[in-house]
Amino acid sequence: MTASVHTIDVAAGFQPNPVLVKGEGPPLVYLHGLLGQEWDGLLDGLSATRRVHAPAHAGADEPDDLRGISGMHDLILYYDDVLDALGLDRIDLVGHSFGGMVAAEIAAARPDRVRRLVLIDALGLWRDDAPVADYLLVPSDKQAALLLGDPNSDAVRARLALPDDPEQRITQTLRRTTSMASITHFLWPIPERGLSQRLRRIKAPTLVVWGAEDRLVPSVYARDFAGAIASARIEMIAGAGHTPHFPDCRTVLDKVAAFLA
Amino acid sequence: MKTIFFHMQGYRDLPDDFSSRYESIWITPPNSELCDPAKVSQYMRWNVEELELADELGFDGLGVNEHHQNGYGFCNSPNLVASILARHPSDAAIVVLGNTLPLYNPPIRVAEEFAMIDCLSGGRLVAGFPVGSPPDSIGNYGVPPTQIRPRYYEAHDLIMQAWTRPGPFPFNGEFTKLRYVNPWPQPLQKPHPPVWLAGGGSVETWKFATDNDYTYSYLSFNGHQSAKGMMDSYWDQIEKAGLDDNPYRAGFAQLVVVGATDTEAEKLYLKHIRNFYAKALHVPMHQAAVPGFMTKKSVELALRQGAARGAYKNLIGDPRTASWKDFTETTRMVIGGSPATVAEQLEAAIRNLRIGHLMVVLQIQSMDRELTEYSMRLFADDVLPKIRGIWDREGYQDHWWPQGATRHRAPTKTTATAEMAP
Repeated sequence: MTASVHTIDVAAGFQPNPVLVKGEGPPLVYLHGLLGQEWDGLLDGLSATRRVHAPAHAGADEPDDLRGISGMHDLILYYDDVLDALGLDRIDLVGHSFGGMVAAEIAAARPDRVRRLVLIDALGLWRDDAPVADYLLVPSDKQAALLLGDPNSDAVRARLALPDDPEQRITQTLRRTTSMASITHFLWPIPERGLSQRLRRIKAPTLVVWGAEDRLVPSVYARDFAGAIASARIEMIAGAGHTPHFPDCRTVLDKVAAFLA
Repeated sequence: MKTIFFHMQGYRDLPDDFSSRYESIWITPPNSELCDPAKVSQYMRWNVEELELADELGFDGLGVNEHHQNGYGFCNSPNLVASILARHPSDAAIVVLGNTLPLYNPPIRVAEEFAMIDCLSGGRLVAGFPVGSPPDSIGNYGVPPTQIRPRYYEAHDLIMQAWTRPGPFPFNGEFTKLRYVNPWPQPLQKPHPPVWLAGGGSVETWKFATDNDYTYSYLSFNGHQSAKGMMDSYWDQIEKAGLDDNPYRAGFAQLVVVGATDTEAEKLYLKHIRNFYAKALHVPMHQAAVPGFMTKKSVELALRQGAARGAYKNLIGDPRTASWKDFTETTRMVIGGSPATVAEQLEAAIRNLRIGHLMVVLQIQSMDRELTEYSMRLFADDVLPKIRGIWDREGYQDHWWPQGATRHRAPTKTTATAEMAP
């Protein structure tokens, strides 16, 4: 279950983006969540019928690049450049967690470019009566529980395990740190940047997928997204958390694939 | 040698089971549960009294600093306390170490308030510009980690321009945009009050110190022995930058307790030392090492060194049961004992680290007003005179000392030469 890496130059002043690419068919772009770029079962399953592109977040390798991106507006333009560099015009756009927030922003700013939109446990909205939890200043086991589930389960341990080789271990730890830093650049201290005012511009039919037991972004937010987007419906995944396609991606994959078909 | 009585202004009565009941001394210790304003009212009176006593006892400087939502230092506005000290006629320096620049918005406020204190005190202000600790900037003031240093550099640029350029002029920064920069007043000291940097040992800050010819103080609770490697690296940076080896380029904070004898010191202070380390060092990694605060290069360096760096590394094991010997001999986190013991060890530490500015921490959190005064008086009477002359013989001048703080000014080399001339 691997994809090939297509390294693209996005814009001057930025490290090249190592986009994971696999499959043939209509183009789909996937924007990753808080745990960083990865190729997982959901992406692999979607690549059976589409050409899936999964870029890394801007600055994921070198957060100093973000000196050139001061806010969400600049970030949307960065991804617009990513789509151009990939030679893509109209796409299906899937975003998870932080990637869902960015996907919604892109779909609102460039409604002409997005055919269908899938938001999975997306960040970007805020309710005082159900605040989004803190993912950053928390112990690592609590962070794992918020993002993936029981930190003592085999699946979560395997997902977060570091390589044995000392050099690879350093590389991997460094990568996780810089990736988290690059995302936090846009989320800290409160992961809300006015998206609710822009959701009305989204034209793409939208599927809002949510883990019913999400402890980071409670499932009540699914209604807020669906209510503000012109054409949206909700798929609530029973028993799932913030990453409903982990460890078993089957349910989410089926629903997303059916929606995009 | 300049000795600054540095007051942490901590909360003196925290529950015994603090570290097992609460996540941290910082950011999240619940205020309504732990911080009684009536107690703070008393502590603040004591803090100011102790600082004023230090002035009276002849310390070269009085030091205060800034933290937020913090049990070992609740002074969120050091400028308020510094202005109380500034009003009192004196020749001691007022060392505000400092104002955490990324937290002021707009940071012209720092230029204004420091200039006010400088004028009020007759030019006795040291302007400390720390980058700040992640718990304060990220945790308490909500600054995204990746913005801290950019905000810091920009604020520094604004303040230095505000102090040295005739106003009004426009300032167009990324974070601060001002049409008319023209603060009333500019500082009394010219071209500006001495700037001190302070921190937990990051490479970027050392570089900033040498780029600007500022002095840097390493603030750690871990004592001089463990600071050696860090300070050596700072001195390497100074050498690399082609600057001289003037010890006043460097400062260090050290916890010190003084008794009539070594035995008495142990008897009087061990419980306070244990209390301090059990509670003040109770800062979890996820608050201290936040992704994005350090550059990629610094993170990689830390990973390759394979060890936690900086001020919150645990050297002592369980501080609640650590012995006097653990603190004062094995780890040397604390210098304690009779005046003779303290003076001897301090001189060795000062020379070993090659520092001209000693931030001596004599008020250790749970110590009451009376015990603090006892330790302070012994230090002032019997230790201070012994360390004051360090570096004088070598002829080093402190170019980072405020112009109006004239206490114990060392004889200049030129004066000495003139005296010897026929």
